[in-house]
This record gives sequence, C-alpha cells and structure tokens, in this order.
Amino acid sequence: MTWAVYLWQLGVCLCAIGLAPLFAGWVGQCRALLQNRSAPSLWQPYRVLRKLFHKEATLANDASWLFRGAPYVVFAAMVLAAAIIPSLTTELPAARVADAIALVGLFATARMFMALAAMDVGTAFGTMGARREMMIGFLTEPALLMVLFNAFLMAGTTALPAIVQNTLTQSQVTLHPSLAFAAVAFVMVLLAENARLPIDNPTTHLELTMIHEAMTLEYSARHLALIEWASWLKLFNYACIGFTLFAPWGIATHGVSPGGIALAMLALVAKLAVAGAALALFETASAKLRLFRAPEFLTMAFLLAVLGLLVHLLLKG
Amino acid sequence: MEIALVVGFPLVGAALLALTGAQRRAPELNVAISLATLLAVAALVVRVIRGGPISAFDEQFFIDPFNVFLVALTALVGFTTAVFSRPYMRIEAAHGRLTERRLRLYHSMYQLFMAAMLVALTTNNLGFLWVAMEAATLSTVLLVSLYRTRASIEAAWKYFILCGVGIALALFGTILLYVAAEGQLGGNGMSALLWTHLDAAKGQLEPTVIGLAFVFLLVGYGTKVGLAPLHNWLPDAHAEGPTPVSAVLSGLLLNVALYAVLRCKIIADGALHSDLPGRMLMGFGLLSVVWATFFLWRQRDIKRLFAYSSIEHMGIMTFAFGMGGPVASFAGLLHMTVHSLTKSAIFFAAGHAAQTAGTQRMDGIRGLLATHPSVGWGLMLGTLAILGMPPFGVFTSEYLVLTTAMRDHPWATPILLVSLAVAFAAIFGRVQPMVFGETQAPALPHPPSLLPVFVHLGLVLALGISIPAALSEWYRLAAHLFVR
Amino acid sequence: MPAPTFSAQVLQTLAGALLLISFAMLAERRSRHLVTLLIWQGAVLVTSTLLVAATAHLPHLFFSAVLTLVLKVGVLPWILLRLMRRLGIERDNEPLVNVPTLMLVGLGLVIFAFGLAQPVTALATTVIRQTLGIALAVILLALLMILARRKAFTQVIGFLALENGLFFAATTTTYGMPMVVELGIALDVLVGVFIFGVFFFHIREQFDSLDLHHLESLKED
Repeated sequence: MTWAVYLWQLGVCLCAIGLAPLFAGWVGQCRALLQNRSAPSLWQPYRVLRKLFHKEATLANDASWLFRGAPYVVFAAMVLAAAIIPSLTTELPAARVADAIALVGLFATARMFMALAAMDVGTAFGTMGARREMMIGFLTEPALLMVLFNAFLMAGTTALPAIVQNTLTQSQVTLHPSLAFAAVAFVMVLLAENARLPIDNPTTHLELTMIHEAMTLEYSARHLALIEWASWLKLFNYACIGFTLFAPWGIATHGVSPGGIALAMLALVAKLAVAGAALALFETASAKLRLFRAPEFLTMAFLLAVLGLLVHLLLKG
Repeated sequence: MEIALVVGFPLVGAALLALTGAQRRAPELNVAISLATLLAVAALVVRVIRGGPISAFDEQFFIDPFNVFLVALTALVGFTTAVFSRPYMRIEAAHGRLTERRLRLYHSMYQLFMAAMLVALTTNNLGFLWVAMEAATLSTVLLVSLYRTRASIEAAWKYFILCGVGIALALFGTILLYVAAEGQLGGNGMSALLWTHLDAAKGQLEPTVIGLAFVFLLVGYGTKVGLAPLHNWLPDAHAEGPTPVSAVLSGLLLNVALYAVLRCKIIADGALHSDLPGRMLMGFGLLSVVWATFFLWRQRDIKRLFAYSSIEHMGIMTFAFGMGGPVASFAGLLHMTVHSLTKSAIFFAAGHAAQTAGTQRMDGIRGLLATHPSVGWGLMLGTLAILGMPPFGVFTSEYLVLTTAMRDHPWATPILLVSLAVAFAAIFGRVQPMVFGETQAPALPHPPSLLPVFVHLGLVLALGISIPAALSEWYRLAAHLFVR
Repeated sequence: MPAPTFSAQVLQTLAGALLLISFAMLAERRSRHLVTLLIWQGAVLVTSTLLVAATAHLPHLFFSAVLTLVLKVGVLPWILLRLMRRLGIERDNEPLVNVPTLMLVGLGLVIFAFGLAQPVTALATTVIRQTLGIALAVILLALLMILARRKAFTQVIGFLALENGLFFAATTTTYGMPMVVELGIALDVLVGVFIFGVFFFHIREQFDSLDLHHLESLKED
C-alpha cells in the first residue's frame, strides 16, 4: 500500500507531463480543422519540444539568474499542481498535504516568476506582457477561488479528492444550480488563465494584443521548451480541475488497482478529447476582446461564481 | 346590478366613442355617457343608503362605506370634467393644437380611464385591483402625450416607465399577499385574493410575508399616489397633458391609488400586530409634504405649480391615514373628497387661464379678472380653498389632521405647519398677480365653461360648513376600518 | 432538511438559468441579442410552468403555460423584432459604460433580494417557494437594467424582463394566480407593448432617435 501509492503518485505526474503536449496538439488540430486549415500533426508539440531542446540557449546580456531560473520554477510548479489534482485517482499522497487553495497558490507562484523573468531583461514587450499578465491574474484568481468555494461548500471540504469522492458516492442524481453557475465561471477563468481567446490569442505575435507570448519573446532553446511545456501543463491541469469539480466520473476512488487506473485513464482521454474539441470550437466561434474589455469578461466570471455561492446558500438555507 | 351599470356605461362609451369617431357631437356624447354613469352611481348610492353594503358577482365586486363615497366622487368629477372638456377641447382644436383623430382618441381613452378607475374602486379582488390600476395607467399614457410635442412625449414616457415599474412592484406585493393568504383561505379558488375574506382572516396571516408584501404594495401603488421620492412623473404628466386629463389625474387617479394603498394597509395592520405600516405611511407622507413645498417655490408653470400642490396634499392624506385612529382617518377621508373637488376646479380654471394667455408660464398670465372675470374668480377662490382658508372644507380636514398630530405626534406638527405656511406663501404669491394686474390678451374664441368650477367650489364650501349625515356616517364607518 | 425531489431540483436549475439570463441581459449591448435573450427567458418560464403544472397536477397552469408560450415566446418577440425592422435599429449597439460596476451592483441586488426573501423562504411549506428569492432578484435586475439603459427600446425589454420575473414568482410560489387575474395581467402586458410600439414612432418623429438623453429637458423645477 504505502510505497505503491507513492509510485502511483509519480505515475500521475508523469502521465500529466506526457499527456499535456498531446492535449495541446489535439486542441491545435481541432482548431485547424474547424478553420478549414490543414491540421498539424497531433505530435507537433513533441516535435517542437525536441527541436527546442536540441538548440543552443541564447541569453540576453543583462539577464540575471532570475531569468534563467524562472522556466524551471514555472515547470516545477505546474508538475506539483498536477500532483495535487486527482486526475486519475483520489489516492494521492500529495493531495493530503496540499488542498485546492494551495493549488491556486502554485499557479500564482508560477505566474509571479514568469512576470518577474519577463521584466528582468528590461525589454518593452516583456514588461508590457508582464503587466498585462498580472492584471489578468489579479482578476482571475478571486474568480477561481470563488468557483472552488462553490465545490467546497457542497462537499464541506477543501481537499479535491474528497470533493470527487463526495460527488461520486451520492446515491441519486442531484442537480445543483449553483454548480451550473460555477461551471460557466470556470470556463471563463480557464480561457483567461491559459491565454486563450477571447482574452489572448495563443498563436498571435501581434505586438499590441499579445499577453503571454510577449513574456516569452526573449527565451530560446531549453528555456523556451520548458515554458511552453509548462503552459501546456497548465491547460491540462485546468482541464483536470474542471473534470474534478464538474465531471468526476471514471476517476478511481477506492484503492489503487491497475484496472481502475486503466479505466480512469480511458475516461480521462475521452474527457480530454471532448474538452479539447469544445475549447477549439469556442475559440473559433469567438473573437478576441479588446484588452480593456478583459476586466469586464472576468468580472462576469467572478460574479457568476459568487452567484453560484448565493444560489447555493439560498436554496439550501 | 347597479355596479354592472356603473362599470358598463364608461366601457360601452369608450367603445362607442372609438367607433363613431370624430363626429361633431362626440364631446356631447362624452358628457352624456358620463352623466349616465353618474346616474347609475346615484342609484347605487341610494341603494347603499337604504340597504347598507352590497356585494355582487360572486363577491368579486363590493361596495362598503369606504369606497361608496369615492365611487360617487369619481363619477361626479368625471362628469363635470366631461362638461368642462367640451368647450376646452374645442378651444384647443381652434388653436390648432389638436386634430380630429386625436380628439377621438382622447374621448375614447377618457371613458376607458373612468371605467378602469371605477373597476379599481368597486372590485373586491386585489388581483383585479392591480389589473385596473395598470389599465388606468395605460389609458392615460396616450392622453398625456396627446399634443405630441417633445415635452409631452417625454412626460408620457416618464409616466409610463415610472408607473409601470411601480405597478410591477405592486404586483409582486399582491403575489406575496396571495402566498400568505393561500394557506389560510385555500389556494385554488379566488377566495385568497378577495379583500373581504382577507380582512376577515387578517389576524391569522403570516406577519413576515404580509410585512414584505405591504412594503412592495406601498412602494408600488405609492408611485401612483405621487409620494416622494417616487413622484417624478407627476408634475410632468400634469403639466404636459391636456387640462381635463390633469384634472382627473390629480382629482381622481391619485385618490384611487391611495385607496389601493389603504386597502392593503388595513390588512397589513391586522396581520402585523405592530404600527409599522402606519409609521411607513407617516414617513412617506411627511416627506412628500416637505419635498413638494420645497419645490413649489421654484415652479414657473401654472400646472406644475398645482401638480406639486397635489403631491403636498396627497402627503397630508397619507400622513393622516398613517396616524390612524378614528379622527385622523376621518380627516383623511374628508381631505380626499375636498382635495379632489378643489384641485380639479383649480385645474379647470388654470387651463382656461393658460388658454387666455397662450402660455402656461405664470409670468405670462396676467389680469385674468379683466379678460375673463369668471376664470379669475374661479382661480382665486380655488386657490384660497386649497390653501386651507376657512370656511372651505380643506380647512376642516387640515385642522383635524393638525390637531390629531398635535395630540399623538407633536414632533410632526411644526413640520406640517411650516410646510403649509410656506406653501401658502408660494402659491398665493404666484396666483395673486395672475388674477389681478394688467393684460392685453384677447378673449377666448369659445365661451369658457366655468360652471364645473363653481359647482365644485360650492360643494367644498358646503362640506366646510356642514357634512351631510350620510356622508359623515360613511366616513365614520370607513374610519372604523382603520382602527385596529 | 430532506433532499429536494428531482422536479424541484430541475425547477431550481431553471430558476438559476433565469437569473443567468438576467445578468446576460444586463451586459448585452446589441438590441437584437436582447430580444433573443428575452425569448430564452420566456422559454425557461414556459418549461418551469409546465413542470409545476405537471408535478402539482394543476390544469389551469397548463393554460397559463400555453398563454406564456404564445405571448412571451411568440407574439411579443415578434412584435419587438418587427418594430426593430421598421425602426431600422436592428444593428443598434448601445454604448454601455462600466459593465463591471453594473455587474457588482447587480450582485448586491441579488444579495439584497435573497436577504429579503429569506424570512419567507424559511417558512416555506413547499420546496418550490425557495425560488422566491431568485424571482425577486430577477425583478430587481430588470429594474436595474431599466435604470441603466438610455435607449427606449432596451428599457422596454427591461420592462418585459420585469414582467417575466413577476410571472415566475407567481407560478413557483403560489402555483399561479387565479386564471382570470392572470388573463387580465397578460392583456395589460400586451396592450402595454402596443403602446410602447406607438411611442417609439412618436419619439422618433419628434427626436429623430430613440436615445433617451433627448428626453431630459423636463427637470424638477
């Protein structure tokens, strides 16, 4: 039991690291298909990573240790986050140590290092991107917390595995209007946090509109690879948080048997496929908002999450 | 039977006037229909005096001492206004402000409005009361914008939106009332919305729900009463609509809205076991009085001036009913009657005054005594009456309100007294130069009809000197409803 | 408290959807989309009324559901769309400033509404009555929309949303008002919309636009 659990924990992390580029590739492929472009291969993200790791890193003259260290920190934070989220099983030793609020903290850490590193070299774009990123983050974090609080209230705990257990062990099907609010809010937060449309366009390099890309302009080779990988992991993590809160079916709950994990794996891949297609569809259908509309979008998300809380309190009270 | 006639005449009349259209005799037809309504009401009143309260149509309609005099008042003022509007609208048409089609709309909507008010007064069903109040709003909106000028359209829009929103809140209050009553009176039938049933069972109704319901009903119908701070529509609608419409709005609609508030208050009083409803009425009433008095000073338009005076008087009535008790309620009921008569008389006179001068701006109206002495005297006497000069009836009711306030709520007396004094100065100071003074204005193309003005003022004077036995008995019985 | 029945849960979800639509309306700039949202709101109302009618076995609620379907999903939007076409304001955008503030005020109103409804909800004899707070919130949000908008057309849509909230309150808290009263209310709404339509033309004739900032000459003095 004891060591096997730690092994599974390691497995979950490795699975996240391995699947994240695939998920990103799938979203990219769906998007291309929906936009009538010839789609890149599903394995394109892996090729990008291999290419970048083989290149020689170039650093700006006045880059400090912060600039060099940030990619590792960001990547590590994302892997840790993946360790907490019960994407395959609820038997996670790491999740016992850190709850969902720590998860938000991990995302914040990654964001802060990213922004600091972008400011470190002192280019105009880096600073601009960092400031924009911090503004978005300032708005998404409370919204994300409120979404999580919805789930916390329902399950009576802040631990993600317990939330999954709670949902899966309910005897009858129950509809929760508050979760509907939270789900919509969560999707909005997901879009904003992962630099997707309508807040940011992950494929653009247009100076005036980019946010995330502006911060990574000065990076190259392995640093850039880690950052790209971390951002794919982030998207993967967010998708998994969404599954945990709103669609936990398939996640192995009782003990860790290889069969249960295999089933959970299948379910996860299926859910990721659907989520990726939906994300691509949404992105294709929406146009990018002007930057000063972003607060409006995110206030809406915050508001919906709070409304979910209120509705929950009213209807249960 | 009489109730069916009372409501039926104006309804049929509205259809008739809409169909026959803009004939030359339409104003006379309008008067005839109003007269028929008045006669039906007279028959009803005779029956009530002989046989006491009646109810009809499965208890959906009823007449008790509280609404009988309001029905009579409504029919009477409706009739005299129709008489007044005949020459008035002719003059407006001669001045080219109205076309024949608009006159057809006006006559038809006028009768519809009367029908809505009479339904609101006679119905026992709080749901119908709401429907009728909304119908009264809808029918007057197009009357307010009759001239189709920018200002009148703006006034009508404001009136529509504000009263529409207000009345929606009142519907929510009605729903809450139904929620509370359903448990006691059985949901499926109409019983839970019948006022008489609610009144009988008011002691057992759930206080929290009724309290919430009353707040919504007060704010909702209070908007139509013109209580501050929800009175914004009132001066605009009065000033921009044709004068007969201003007269019935001020003289009748505000009364009917207040009537709705009071019906709800009686139930809330019984259910709440506290004087919260009374205190809320007192608060809104006093605020309206003070607010209106303050704005009276700044008016330049004669009809706006008297519209603010209406807000002030509605405030006095609301305050009186808020104090409760037999004397204050008696005073409130009397004030409803005399204010309605006086204010419509003033609007008649003011309308002709504005026609003579060709403007509603008070500094443009001068020397009414020289051009049309009857208009000048009408305006002067009406003003004196509304300002509470003895021996007019307004003096009696205000005196009663003030003495009761002095006894029960001494803190409010100075506020009321100062407001009344300020209003006196403001209105009298403006009316005096309009009546006296010099002018070169030409006489009107049609002789104005001042008979209604003097009939109203005569009635107010009579009520100031002695109140008929039947009427004071109704007041007494109705005031008894307010005593918890 | 026992777990609510499935139909009550569906009803609560529908109430949530109604609230969601109200917020969407508050933030929507395009008049055309506002009408669509209004249709959605009407559809949610019809569904919830049918649900209540089916679970409580109240035949008269079926009638009022049909009435709602015809009036609020059919006739009224049709009139509104026709009016838009005839007035040529189909593509109108309304400049809305400070949507986040509006949203936060709306949130405050929701809290206020829930607080106000709490004592009534606490007495609830039926599970359904818990939706009273949401109904009140929808009403207050519609009020906010009327206050915040500067175009005649959108104010009217706010007005209709207000009516929808009232209808929802009536069906879910008391199984509907008596039929005659409901008919009267429906008639009033219909006539009201007709008059609004007439008004649009008057306003445009006089002011050449449906912007209400022209309608601010009458001041309180």
